[in-house]
Amino acid sequence: MNILVCISNVPDTTSKINFVENDSKFDTNGIQFVINPNDEFGLTKAVWLKDSNNATVTVLTVGEQSAEATLRKCLAIGADKAIRIDCPANDAYSVAKEIESHCKQIQYDLIICGRESIDYNGGLVPGLIAGLLDYNFVTNCVNLEIEGSKATFSREMSGGTEISECQLPLVVGSQKGLVEESDLIIPNMRGIMMARQKPLDVIQSQGINAKTHDIKFNKPDAKSEVKIIKADELDKLIDLLENEAKVI
Amino acid sequence: MSVLVYTESENNKFKKSSFEALSYGKALADKMEVKVFAVVINCSDTESLNAYGPDKILKIESQDLDEFSSKKYAHAIADVMKSENANIVVLSSTPDSKYLGAHLSGLTDSSFVSNVVELPESINPFTVKRTCFTNKAFSLTELISETKIISITSNSFGVIENSNDPQAENIDIKSIDSNQKILNIEKESGSVTIADAEIVVSAGRGLKGPENWGMIETLAETLGAATACSKPVSDMGWRPHSEHVGQTGKPVSSNLYIAIGISGAIQHLAGINSSKVKVVINNDPEAPFFKAADYGVVGDAFEVVPSLIEKLKAR
Ligand SMILES: Cc1cc2nc3c(=O)[nH]c(=O)nc-3n(C[C@H](O)[C@H](O)[C@H](O)COP(=O)(O)OP(=O)(O)OC[C@H]3O[C@@H](n4cnc5c(N)ncnc54)[C@H](O)[C@@H]3O)c2cc1C
Ligand SMILES: Nc1ncnc2c1ncn2[C@@H]1O[C@H](COP(=O)(O)O)[C@@H](O)[C@H]1O
Repeated sequence: MNILVCISNVPDTTSKINFVENDSKFDTNGIQFVINPNDEFGLTKAVWLKDSNNATVTVLTVGEQSAEATLRKCLAIGADKAIRIDCPANDAYSVAKEIESHCKQIQYDLIICGRESIDYNGGLVPGLIAGLLDYNFVTNCVNLEIEGSKATFSREMSGGTEISECQLPLVVGSQKGLVEESDLIIPNMRGIMMARQKPLDVIQSQGINAKTHDIKFNKPDAKSEVKIIKADELDKLIDLLENEAKVI
Repeated sequence: MSVLVYTESENNKFKKSSFEALSYGKALADKMEVKVFAVVINCSDTESLNAYGPDKILKIESQDLDEFSSKKYAHAIADVMKSENANIVVLSSTPDSKYLGAHLSGLTDSSFVSNVVELPESINPFTVKRTCFTNKAFSLTELISETKIISITSNSFGVIENSNDPQAENIDIKSIDSNQKILNIEKESGSVTIADAEIVVSAGRGLKGPENWGMIETLAETLGAATACSKPVSDMGWRPHSEHVGQTGKPVSSNLYIAIGISGAIQHLAGINSSKVKVVINNDPEAPFFKAADYGVVGDAFEVVPSLIEKLKAR
């Protein structure tokens, strides 16, 4: 079985977000980049499937050379090979198109993405890939079993969980629950050494035009000062929520 | 040219988020001087939509769509986009709508922007404001393609009445094959979900253990709210994963967010920043959450919460 895990290279969750060039670009200065947390759950699941289903795991990112450190980390976690499609990740559509084009050359049974990236937060790429390839698709996926060419999976939905099955190929949007937080594989020294020997191929981009364009960023307005209410004056809190904020 | 709004329903009832999406679609259509159509899948009683101003209601009735399937629903809406010559589709941001939206944009080669919080700033070029970096920032984003899909953040635009007297029209769609089928749905009974909730009551490690969640549930019930929790609380199995909110959990965009015994770490705040009003109950006056809150109570949750419940019930 051939598994592709799509990796988005995102600012660490503690990053302070700033913009440069007249607020048109994200300021990467001093930012630590990491594997998108939702993708990490998917990658760990893929590595498990290596053993149980004799799978080969390829990790792929669409991005510039600076993303290679993140791909190396994925190799250290247990992926077999890495691919970088060499272009800036301009928008979800162009990223998905690049991935689609690669998936037309190499057939994958399972394409695992994160539910959403924590930077641009579109939650678009996995659905786009599924739509472009017209593959089966599940997002917010919290359980996945593969048996031969059949997949059984669950997704979190409004107020419950839905369990489904389908034939492969399948595109998955992964999140916590697919594996637990405590299951996440942390690369050890051996993994890191082995990762150096594993292939990291850079392939040319198709030069796809983006369909959306971020013109300008801004940060939320500074908050007004918090109103502190004494613990023995909760009537006042209820009054404020009712008559000032008008939310209850 | 027209604006299509997919009005999602469940058990033959429209979701509140659908009324919001339709209100948005109506305002957008007015701004563009075009018509707005509501697309309805397997929901017979469409009258409740009239209050939000659709010019026409397009009803799809199909056994094939009895169960939700992102592929089949995306194909159905793509068919309607074609037949109605619609160039903009408005979706809410429920899990199902977001699920099918991305699929739909792949199928129809459309520009898709999610987490939209306002009407377009300009129509030509078509630019919308959306949240990004998990609510740490906004982006003004241009949608370049001829056809466009936007999904709006819940409670960002509001439900706006704008009564109309639309025709309802049945439309046929091509059925499509899919080998994806639902085996089972496990519903949590009766509870309000975080995505649909106007009020969310959330608690953290300050509650000490799962046995203390009774008062949180009672407070939520009293307010008609959904319950939520911080990440460590779900990691330790005190509460289900589906309640984990924050940057790596669910986003919350409720009107009121009450945080009890949560410190206010950056990753937690990122996920709840787009909630309108925030109340913090914490016994440490230095807890970072107070800086992000509108109202704060410095006190012991085990005293404040029961007293708050009592006072709310006595109202
Ligand atoms: C990659 C990454 C992603 C993360 N993503 C998320 C995320 O999505 N969501 C999230 O929530 N966290 C996330 N975190 C974790 C985050 O950094 C914090 O550790 C977490 O939010 C803390 O949870 P807490 O506030 O419940 O617990 P604590 O930090 O332990 O805070 C407990 C609070 O309760 C108060 N308290 C104690 N006793 C009482 C009492 N009797 N009455 C009232 N108050 C009391 C304390 O003063 C304290 O402020 C992430 C971390 C990382 C590294
Ligand atoms: N530049 C990229 N390269 C590879 N995969 C990506 C890229 N951007 C997003 N993805 C994948 O798509 C998922 C959702 O991303 P997004 O649509 O940006 O929220 C991520 O979790 C990744 O799995």
